[in-house]
Amino acid sequence: MSQPAKPAPPAGRANAKKELSEHFKQYKHVWVFVEQERGHVHPVSWELMGSGRRLADKLGVELAAVVIGPAGEATSAAAAESFCYGADLAYIVADDVLTDYRNESYTKALTDLVNTYKPEILLLGATTLGRDLAGAVATTLLTGLTADCTELEVDADNSLAATRPTFGGSLLCTIYTLNFRPQMATVRPRVMEMPERVEKPVGRIIEFPLGMVEDDIVTKILAFVPDRDKATSNLAYADIVVAGGMGLNSLENFQLVRQLAGVLGAEYGCSRPLVQKGWVSADRQIGQTGKTIRPKLYIAAGISGAIQHRVGVDGADLIVAINTDKNAPIFDFAHLAIVTDAIRLLPALTEAFRKRLSPHTRDRIAS
Amino acid sequence: MHIVVCIKQVPDSAQIRVHPVTNTIMRQGVPTIINPYDLFALEEALRLRDKFGGEVTVLTMGPPSAEDSLRKALTFGANRAVLLTDRFFAGADTLATSYALASAIRKIGATYGEPDIVFTGKQTIDGDTAQVGPGICKRLDFLQLTYVSKVASLDLAGRSIEVERRSEGGVQVLRSRLPCLITMLEGTNEVRRGTMLNALNAARAEVVKWSAQDAGVEDISKCGLRGSPTVVKRVFAPTARSEKAVVVEPAGRPPADALIDEIFKLRPKLEADMFELARGF
Ligand SMILES: Cc1cc2nc3c(=O)[nH]c(=O)nc-3n(C[C@H](O)[C@H](O)[C@H](O)COP(=O)(O)OP(=O)(O)OC[C@H]3O[C@@H](n4cnc5c(N)ncnc54)[C@H](O)[C@@H]3O)c2cc1C
Repeated sequence: MSQPAKPAPPAGRANAKKELSEHFKQYKHVWVFVEQERGHVHPVSWELMGSGRRLADKLGVELAAVVIGPAGEATSAAAAESFCYGADLAYIVADDVLTDYRNESYTKALTDLVNTYKPEILLLGATTLGRDLAGAVATTLLTGLTADCTELEVDADNSLAATRPTFGGSLLCTIYTLNFRPQMATVRPRVMEMPERVEKPVGRIIEFPLGMVEDDIVTKILAFVPDRDKATSNLAYADIVVAGGMGLNSLENFQLVRQLAGVLGAEYGCSRPLVQKGWVSADRQIGQTGKTIRPKLYIAAGISGAIQHRVGVDGADLIVAINTDKNAPIFDFAHLAIVTDAIRLLPALTEAFRKRLSPHTRDRIAS
Repeated sequence: MHIVVCIKQVPDSAQIRVHPVTNTIMRQGVPTIINPYDLFALEEALRLRDKFGGEVTVLTMGPPSAEDSLRKALTFGANRAVLLTDRFFAGADTLATSYALASAIRKIGATYGEPDIVFTGKQTIDGDTAQVGPGICKRLDFLQLTYVSKVASLDLAGRSIEVERRSEGGVQVLRSRLPCLITMLEGTNEVRRGTMLNALNAARAEVVKWSAQDAGVEDISKCGLRGSPTVVKRVFAPTARSEKAVVVEPAGRPPADALIDEIFKLRPKLEADMFELARGF
């Protein structure tokens, strides 16, 4: 459930025991769905491969990649790449009918694979594609699915313990799928750390037929319009992010954030109220209902640090907060704090960084 | 044409507070609202109804008090409201919720006419899973269209529909068939205000209340806590980081310089990285 219809944690079930039926005891191994669209693997797949590897090692089982896509180079390349991120084997369903993501064909491919090879754990990215697919597959398989997990563990009982935020991010809850298989979970991009890529040219490949032809699929793709504003989709993967909050007071002052980001070659973002005010587009929102980021440097100007914002930035390596209120909650999780007016500091910071990062300075440091 | 819109009454989570000592949710006095994402679904349904004729039925599963949200939906102009309420539904996870709602939609179909489209919001603000829509869809064996930003065209006679849907790297334009289930993206249309006339009608309107039995739920063990494969084992507060932020004291220097020095002192490697990044700009 990730969410009870009634928000109270169902106390009656907290003591529920694992009573796995004989049939489900055959389910073994950890699978990661490798999300591929238009020849491009979504990095969340490799992030999940890192978590999957850990779980598989703990359980003493294999880690498999599931690659679904058109016949040809891109799909086999994605499978080969999965070995470099820790997969022992890859299941491939390659068919030109799978060129574009469609729920009907992908749901069939994935459920057929699960029913044939019986994984114990199945992980997918909580992207638009991953969520569309996971919900359909879990219902078809009549198993549990936990959305947007922030932590995945196996407990002493060898059950998957999936932790996710609840109540608008104010609390965390740990959810089990005790008596059904596979145990399914989705994880948002950038929540898990990207594992190191290790050159590993071989792994086992198991090809599996789709068993469906174009005429079997009702939904047709008429067109695909790629996002023009490429920069916006980069926020989650940016190395440096500068963000502004309500402390900036106006859209005009928010430009100070953009200017600093510009000088740093950074992406800019914001807290939710700025999106609600229509000052910044929704894909720039950082936090629980926005993007999760993991930059090397995060500068938050005039952001209070509400829990819903915090969960989106916890993975940042260095969090710098600029806030006039020395008791602002953001100082509880920032690494560096400066108690001052962001509207005055930002332009000075932009100038100071411009100087520090000018080619002239760089050459001097290099020599 | 008949459209069913599934809505959920949720606590206005902006106002939820966690008790600092007991880590429990303080829900007392927290107002409830229609899940904001569902309003875009309702609006889209009403627009289609206004254009093509027919009826919109709103459906929710929840405690008796969820009737408030249904009445609100009636003031926006929905034709009929159905409240699925029964203690058997309590504690349902997304799988059990989709079972109950799909059962109710079948019953709505048998009673008021088969739906051509079922709408839901993209996700709820209290659960955030985006799983119930696809769940209902699979149980009804409808075609699934999630994250829809626009219903581009509808051909009732030809049973066909065209939509734009958000995908990771862009927008897919899809043609599919009725009946389908659509989950609607936020910000896709301007949600109308209720009219005075509708408000008057809504106050007087009957909200149909169904128990599990009324709704023709076949297997009660698939509902609520019993029907939920997921089990919430533990609810806890995120651990606070032990160390507080290092506070930069400019001590007479320009604060910006002091801050930058401190950043590079803490993360010396950053300086080289930043040169790289800044180069392109
Ligand atoms: C279901 C739900 C989901 C949510 N999802 C998100 C989400 O994804 N992302 C998100 O960000 N929020 C989210 N929120 C909202 C969140 O709870 C907070 O309301 C929001 O993060 C507050 O934004 P803020 O810090 O910019 O504004 P405020 O809370 O108004 O804080 C402004 C801060 O600026 C400081 N300040 C004022 N003037 C200055 C100045 N001149 N210079 C420097 N500092 C100054 C103040 O001291 C204060 O700390 C969500 C809420 C709910 C209920």
